[in-house]
Amino acid sequence: MKKQVGILVDTTQCIGCMSCEEACADRWGFPHTEVHELSCEKNTVVQQWGGTYVPRLCMHCEEPACASVCPVGALHKTAEGPVVYDESKCIGCRYCMQACAFQIPKYQWNKANPHITKCDMCFERTENGKQPACVEACPAQARIFGYRDDLLQEAEKKIKENPKTYVQHVFGETEVGGTSTIYLAGVDFSELGFPPSLPKRALPQYTLDIMEKIPDYFVWGSTLMAGFWWLTNRKKKVAEYEEQMREGKPNAVASEDKRQIAGGKDEK
Amino acid sequence: MLSRQKIKGKSPEEKMKSNGFLSNITNWFRHMTFWKSVFLALVAAGLYSTVVRFLFGLGAATHLSDDFPWGLWIGFDVLCGVGLAAGGFVVASAVYVFNLDQYQAIVRPSVLTAFLGYVLVVFALLFDLGRPWNIWHPMVMWNPHSVMFEVAWCVILYTAVLALEFSPMLFERLRMHRAVHAVHKVIVPLVILGVMLSTLHQSSLGSLYLIVPEKMYPLWYSGNLPFFFFISAVAVGPAMVTIESFISSRAFHREIEMPILSKLGKVSAVALAIYLVLKIEDILNYHLAPYLSTFNLEGVLYWVEILGGVVLPMVLLVIPKVRESKRGLFYTALLIVSGFVLNRMDVSITSIERYYSQFGVNYFPSWMEISVTLMIVAVGFGTFAWAAKNLAVFPKEVHAEAPAHAESYEVVVLEDNAQLKSAHTFGMEAK
Repeated sequence: MKKQVGILVDTTQCIGCMSCEEACADRWGFPHTEVHELSCEKNTVVQQWGGTYVPRLCMHCEEPACASVCPVGALHKTAEGPVVYDESKCIGCRYCMQACAFQIPKYQWNKANPHITKCDMCFERTENGKQPACVEACPAQARIFGYRDDLLQEAEKKIKENPKTYVQHVFGETEVGGTSTIYLAGVDFSELGFPPSLPKRALPQYTLDIMEKIPDYFVWGSTLMAGFWWLTNRKKKVAEYEEQMREGKPNAVASEDKRQIAGGKDEK
Repeated sequence: MLSRQKIKGKSPEEKMKSNGFLSNITNWFRHMTFWKSVFLALVAAGLYSTVVRFLFGLGAATHLSDDFPWGLWIGFDVLCGVGLAAGGFVVASAVYVFNLDQYQAIVRPSVLTAFLGYVLVVFALLFDLGRPWNIWHPMVMWNPHSVMFEVAWCVILYTAVLALEFSPMLFERLRMHRAVHAVHKVIVPLVILGVMLSTLHQSSLGSLYLIVPEKMYPLWYSGNLPFFFFISAVAVGPAMVTIESFISSRAFHREIEMPILSKLGKVSAVALAIYLVLKIEDILNYHLAPYLSTFNLEGVLYWVEILGGVVLPMVLLVIPKVRESKRGLFYTALLIVSGFVLNRMDVSITSIERYYSQFGVNYFPSWMEISVTLMIVAVGFGTFAWAAKNLAVFPKEVHAEAPAHAESYEVVVLEDNAQLKSAHTFGMEAK
């Protein structure tokens, strides 16, 4: 397996200059605005939580919920790490938005032919050995691009060397099975707008538990149903036969059944 | 058995010729009734919203947003639409797989409702999908890990199965007897396939929500969601068939198949009992007691759902007196359906609302969303009424018994409940 890339975001270093937002907007051809919320025209933003500037972008999960739920595979996790989107496949069902634990995919609500927008870690740049636009633009080393394994070590090292600056938590190391964008912070992550109670388990696993059982269910279920049909059909046939044997002394039950059976057959 | 043509005197083709399609339509408008005008008003409002939706996008027509991507159209049109059509596979499997011939009389209305239901769900989906012209993509662009991919395939296949199950009604009308015969030859494997597909996608609609454990209110998130969705569909299917039989018996002045419907009520009762046991297991597994004793919006809705939509109808159905009375069975069925709809809305909207409210979003559907939903429901009712009038949906005996005096017959039935009841007890005893 290829070594996966990622971005380490150090919120203690961010100075809120918004260079990353501008670089991102230029890369996508979005307008420059002062609205610091992710939207169909913003794939990265810097938000202020208390005294801390928090850059937000796609987490590029190891096992992304968005890619797992997409019925047409318009989203997928590349071998290199970024989670990318293919507009031409998309049917606009918005299940990715519903499933994402970080509210990342955004939708063009006011377009007649809309699509999803999300950060793709500047896939066409990183593929060619360059850095993502936002990382390149950052003057404060708040975003570092590199291999995820190296970035995790770097994060651990930073925490060890400056235990007073950082909380003992690399966000994204284990959350929802791990993410390619990982965070360091000086305060608890729940105070910075991060979802507080995320499972360690990758979200797609919750559905795979059930999805795995489907082929077995189909084989056994239809066999069982066919068996039921055989049994009840035979019972009916036997009853009909017995009735024929009893002919000449009809009773209420038999004649009623006979009428119903005849009624059923008449459909043909 | 008498054929339809003999009773009516004229064959359908002859009728068509003598009336003409255009004069049929002018006649429809000339004899305006209350329900026809309601139908027209709903369709007009819905069409206006349709234009807005497709010209200016979902944002212009709905209250959906980045912080609330799925609303009424998924919660009601899709989740409830598919569930309420469950009568089709419940009754079809009873008759063709379990050979319970006594349900034969209601197979056709059930299959018709199911078929219409699925066609309308797909129709509704065209409004909700951002790029509806790509709706065929799941057929060629596969992602087998996606629950929605599986639902898409099941719905495509099952709609095809339902179309085949429904086709004899149309073939008979067109007098294509060989086609009717051909369908009957494959009906058992067809129904088995239908049951498999239904089970899968009814439950999968619940599985859609398995991936958002962090967003859903604990009262509704459960690993058992697929089972809840499936079992509640089994419970609601017969209830819908019952309600539909009641409404159509009024509209078309025909007798209700009470003994059959009462028996079908028992199916609902058993399904509700299993559902309740699983729900109790859920309360213990997920330690829901503190949420149950919190009477916030979620807590109250949950209690209403369980007590009003599960426990109460289950108890009522167990009482023979209620189950065998017209009114009792009708209102019980109404309870089951309401509880079911409330549950689907709770899972899809209420349970997620608290999570999204942290982004300052409180979703309530816009009038345009509601108008589209109402239009689709109206179209459903209208199509059912048309089919019931023009195709051999209901058993022939009923038409044969009182073709000319149906109206007066119905009045007698309504006025004289005691007589009716004795007729039922007689029917029950005979078995």
